[in-house]
Amino acid sequence: MNILITSLARLLIFPGLVFAVPAAWFFLWVERKAVARMQGRIGPPFMQPFYDFIKLVGKDTPQRTGASGMLMKAWPLIAVSAAAGAVGLLPVLPASGGFQGDLILLLALLEVPSMCIIAAGFSSRSIFGEIGSAREAVLSVSYNVVFLLAIISIAASQHTFRLDTLAQLPASPLRWLGIAAILVCLPAKLHLNPFSLPNAEQEIYSGPMTEYAGPELAMWELSHGLEWVAATGLVATLIAPQLTLWWVAALVFVALSFFIVLLLSVVASATARLQIDTTVRFYWQCTLIFAVLAVASALFMRLRA
Amino acid sequence: MKLWNRLMCYCRRRSPWLFHMNSGSCNGCDIEIIASLTPRYDAEQLGVRLEGSPRHADILCVTGPVTHNAVEAIKTVYGQVYGPKAVIAIGSCPATTNVFIDSRTLAGPLNLHIPVDVFVPGCPPRPDAIILGVAKAAAILAARGNKPAAVASEPEVVGECAGNCTCCESNAKEVQA
Ligand code: SF4
Repeated sequence: MNILITSLARLLIFPGLVFAVPAAWFFLWVERKAVARMQGRIGPPFMQPFYDFIKLVGKDTPQRTGASGMLMKAWPLIAVSAAAGAVGLLPVLPASGGFQGDLILLLALLEVPSMCIIAAGFSSRSIFGEIGSAREAVLSVSYNVVFLLAIISIAASQHTFRLDTLAQLPASPLRWLGIAAILVCLPAKLHLNPFSLPNAEQEIYSGPMTEYAGPELAMWELSHGLEWVAATGLVATLIAPQLTLWWVAALVFVALSFFIVLLLSVVASATARLQIDTTVRFYWQCTLIFAVLAVASALFMRLRA
Repeated sequence: MKLWNRLMCYCRRRSPWLFHMNSGSCNGCDIEIIASLTPRYDAEQLGVRLEGSPRHADILCVTGPVTHNAVEAIKTVYGQVYGPKAVIAIGSCPATTNVFIDSRTLAGPLNLHIPVDVFVPGCPPRPDAIILGVAKAAAILAARGNKPAAVASEPEVVGECAGNCTCCESNAKEVQA
């Protein structure tokens, strides 16, 4: 009973929905504000993502009929729920069994929004949506290999696939290598410059999102924000030192996530969009070698131990 | 319910997303729209975002004197913007067809084809005038609320050229002198 209540509280309150939705809006604001500051502008007001969300909810809903229409309505909802579930899994507070902190489930849930984006672009039947989806598919094949290898190397070197146990173990040098590799993958996962190919604005309109409007677009914005929270939260959990006081742990978690968002936004505003073949080559040639080395040394360490 | 409506009005005013459409403009007005997003003018402080797809936009910004080729495109794009929506005619071209008046290639001005809410005259208008126009259009959107009034009753005219100034006349005199 107690476990049920704590896991429900985690899923719904912290780091679940009640924390995650405002955090998603906050991170979206930090991203836009950081880009604006880097360009010498003042940038949007603090509540801007909230205003955008409410306004989008109040717009007309597109009429969609038939099976593909139903699918188009479903994709943003699936993406939001998967991203919210991923945030709820993060073991910020000391864990107590259950699904809490299961690394494999977390990775699977983190992958769902990008699958939804690919499917959404193709089911919208817009030429720009299809180009965007094709790019997203190519991109996710390339960065995911590195991303998964980096996580496997961290997990294998420390003999566990549970995020809460990983967070408690002292960080080995190999883990820092893995974290660096994950950080290299995050811009592609979050569609930021220099890898903002799938939603390349002005170039292919809005990519997979071209045909979405109103409340559905609001859901996409929200799922993007939740992806921010989940992805930066994953890195923050791996970096964060283990603390006993729960509120200090929560504060450190939020602060670390904030700095990662800041770092990624600054990189995004300092770079320009790369071509798709350059991006794929970057992930397959440079980063893959790095990730394979990390996994090999992790396995080697494990054999010796 | 009343509270929700008030919140919605407030958010509509604070988050105008634009879609920019060129109907045969000389590119002068288009450059000024971009200039209003640059560091010097920074329209993003008002929540303005230039969107890639008309489906995402609230406000359609049309530049240019509306050539025959552009008429159907303008009507299509206007239909693609989901309501509540507003239209801004940027520059003197869409308002009056400007220097191209009487040309046989034109079907302008713009308000013959779609309802226009705000005119921002000028050739090209200054970025501050464009930002003022966007703010006016956002206020119109918020005031209309959930009642989809398709036709604007009385279009607003904003910017330096909206008054009875004599800039153009004095310019012409200077050129003649
Ligand atoms: S109003 Fe002037 S600057 Fe703008 S499109 Fe027309 S001619 Fe060009």
